[in-house]
Amino acid sequence: MLDRVLFDLFAGLAILSAILVVTRRNVIHSAIFLITALLATAGIFLQLHAEFLFIVQIILYVGGIMVLFIFVIMLVNLDVALHQMQFRRQWWVGLLLAIALGAETVAAIYIGRLSLPGPNSAPPATALEPNTELVGRALFTGYMLPFEIASVLLLVAMIGAVVMAKRRT
Amino acid sequence: MMHLLQTSLEALKPFLLPLIFAVTIVAVLPLIAGYIVLMERKVMAHMQVRLGPMRVGPHGLLQPIADAVKLLLKEDIIPESADRLVFWLAPLLTVTTAMLAMAALPFGPGFQIADLNIGLLFVVGISSMGIFGIVLGGWASNSHYSLLGALRSAAQLVSYETAGGMAIVGALLFAGTLSLRNIVEMQENLGVWFIFAAPVGFFIYLVASIAETNRAPFDMPEAESELVAGYMTEYSGFRWALYFLAEYTNVVVVASIATTLFLGGWLRPFPHTHALDFLDEFPAALMLGLAVYSLYRAPKQPVLIQKLVMVLVAGMFAAFAVILLAPMVATHVAGATSIAMMVASWKPALLGGFWFLLKIFLYIYLFMWLRFTFPRYRFDQLMRLGWQFLIPISIVNVMAIGLGLALHRVWGWPRGLALITTTLITLLIAAALAHTGEKKEGSEAMVGEFWGSGRDA
Repeated sequence: MLDRVLFDLFAGLAILSAILVVTRRNVIHSAIFLITALLATAGIFLQLHAEFLFIVQIILYVGGIMVLFIFVIMLVNLDVALHQMQFRRQWWVGLLLAIALGAETVAAIYIGRLSLPGPNSAPPATALEPNTELVGRALFTGYMLPFEIASVLLLVAMIGAVVMAKRRT
Repeated sequence: MMHLLQTSLEALKPFLLPLIFAVTIVAVLPLIAGYIVLMERKVMAHMQVRLGPMRVGPHGLLQPIADAVKLLLKEDIIPESADRLVFWLAPLLTVTTAMLAMAALPFGPGFQIADLNIGLLFVVGISSMGIFGIVLGGWASNSHYSLLGALRSAAQLVSYETAGGMAIVGALLFAGTLSLRNIVEMQENLGVWFIFAAPVGFFIYLVASIAETNRAPFDMPEAESELVAGYMTEYSGFRWALYFLAEYTNVVVVASIATTLFLGGWLRPFPHTHALDFLDEFPAALMLGLAVYSLYRAPKQPVLIQKLVMVLVAGMFAAFAVILLAPMVATHVAGATSIAMMVASWKPALLGGFWFLLKIFLYIYLFMWLRFTFPRYRFDQLMRLGWQFLIPISIVNVMAIGLGLALHRVWGWPRGLALITTTLITLLIAAALAHTGEKKEGSEAMVGEFWGSGRDA
């Protein structure tokens, strides 16, 4: 019962703030609603007993990336951007993509509905192993190579950004 | 009906104690923050050979209360061109996140709202969200000083959080757990506070935590000689008080993290050495001493009301002493009665709480000491210190600690020798880094490089 209420709360909050992100004119307000959406998603992770994902979502997306977003928004001149013509000429491409994505999601859920746990399936065990350890073990044993490749990729991107920024000045 | 009530009470029981703790913390924290401000003013005054606040109460002891009343009654001004909603939301956001971070902190072996298995990450992550209050408040004020303060704050936090996080990882390698309670217990079992195992890590965390809480010498976001008051220029009255409360709550939070992670949490010095067991009587003795001293000072106050307040203070210390003494007396005297047993069982919680608070306040005192000793950094110096010195050193520190643990566990070196060797390696690399940094600073003018790129555009 409580689970259901909490899930509806978080999911509703996530959807509502996601809608508000794209409809607000003021970019800072959009950013605030994006933060709310990310926090609501973190809440859903927490409800699924994925504490590590929950806190990583908060530290990385909310505490890191969104701070940088807001930092950049404040650096560029917003008043000019507000009065400029909005980039709406490709709206039909966006609509098409949105419809395609929506159809894909519905299809995926419909096809896989039998393998998904229903409302009557067994509740999760109350005492789970701390999943920080589980994630760490998985990353450093089974998924060592993809993990290393991803980090090298990020490193390359970082160095590339620095080199390009340096060259221009 | 009775049965239903009973079962629901049973269901609520596990929430009762955390609820009491939470209410206690939320209620007491503003008071503590106010008295930290008083302590700061007093410490500053004495370092500058002044007296500091002396008027309200004996030696200014009631100054925080007078300040709080003044701030509550002050007119609440919102600038005309401000974004009202965000302006209203921002201080709340900072206070909420700062207080939320308190939820996982172990103030004693029994006094903790929730022992999360992601405890440390939770505290770090939640308290890092407080930056939104600062940034949004600075933006919503619609003032150049506020915006500059907010931008500086965001840049500073993002830079120093990395170094602070890596310093924490160093200590985590010893603990092997994220639960704050288990980290302290690990220090008890290993018999060493992690500050002695990872001194470089503690130093990095100290510097990073000063920068993260925006305090001098890293108080660029509110540098009063450049930016009036930085992000809170346009705030007044109660909202301003909320920012202040958040700032000092954050100071308490970083002090608690440092205490838990590096200074042994609620453990007294040398918990296993029975020759030092008399330290258990130290808290009560200290309180008694303070009570006697307050009584001794009472007749010397200039006004009657101040004499009375001083006697009240003495009474308060005496009450603390009685509370701290009760378990000792109970263990020695009564023996079997159930009340005596119960009182005796409080002993570890009370002593633990005392040591934890003592360490927190020593850490905060260190903050103040640094604040009134060093001049403020320039912003480019701050950024260079963060990116070119602290972050590389913190990464080297993590690798060195890993190496030390490998030497100890795989090759069987004695633990002390392995850690001393790796600490020396880290220090050598740090010295080399600092040396090259100084040479660079001397030869080429790197002044204003951080803001320089913005100036061109």
